[in-house]
Amino acid sequence: MASGVKPRVKVPKSASAGEAIVIKTLISHPMESGQRKDGDGNPIPRSIINRFTCEFNGQTVIDITMEPAISTNPYFEFEATVPEAGEFAFTWYDDDGSVYNDNKAITV
Amino acid sequence: MDFTRRETLALGGAAALTFVLPFRANAAVDDVIAEFTGGAAVGDAGVELTAPEIAENGNTVPIAVSAPGATSVLVLAAGNPTPGVATFNFGPLAASQTASTRMRLAGTQDVIAIAKLADGSFARSSKTVKVTIGGCGG
Repeated sequence: MASGVKPRVKVPKSASAGEAIVIKTLISHPMESGQRKDGDGNPIPRSIINRFTCEFNGQTVIDITMEPAISTNPYFEFEATVPEAGEFAFTWYDDDGSVYNDNKAITV
Repeated sequence: MDFTRRETLALGGAAALTFVLPFRANAAVDDVIAEFTGGAAVGDAGVELTAPEIAENGNTVPIAVSAPGATSVLVLAAGNPTPGVATFNFGPLAASQTASTRMRLAGTQDVIAIAKLADGSFARSSKTVKVTIGGCGG
């Protein structure tokens, strides 16, 4: 497991019903691409987050599949509709099987 | 100037390589596109890709895709060792089919976005990004 993985998510505290809000997410992760070599010339194995999903009360907002070409500390910005009060669930899936979660509640 | 048989062969081999290598890179991109579209024709309108003209650091190149009504958008970097970058799948609660992120580019190359639109058709947009320092390690 990559060490020091910490998700950060920015969601407004409240919104009016049906409003489109901007969500910004960042997770600290080295995103080792598998292309680099260490000092002895051995390839460093790939270790990335390969999938990110955002759901609101169980409904998908966005589902992103990532390849090694995504930068270190993957950052995403997107827009979501808020039909009612509820909770956003953010999930990151690591290559090694780890899953990182974050939740943010929003009021209407 | 006389060429020995050996020199001629070496020259021919080198020339063949220079033709084959770019072709292989393009073939990889075409394969990924064909897999995404299922071989369907790809139009021009319907997807917008925002990327800087010049990126100083290939390790973090900010890009944004916008494709109104699209169900998914595939982003490719034609000149990277592996062309795939990311696939954005938009769910029912996505307010707009836009997203932005940061990607790695190995060098100056085309970045391609292909969107699957609501009616099942596909749209393509591409942009050339000049990279001063590549983003694939050494």
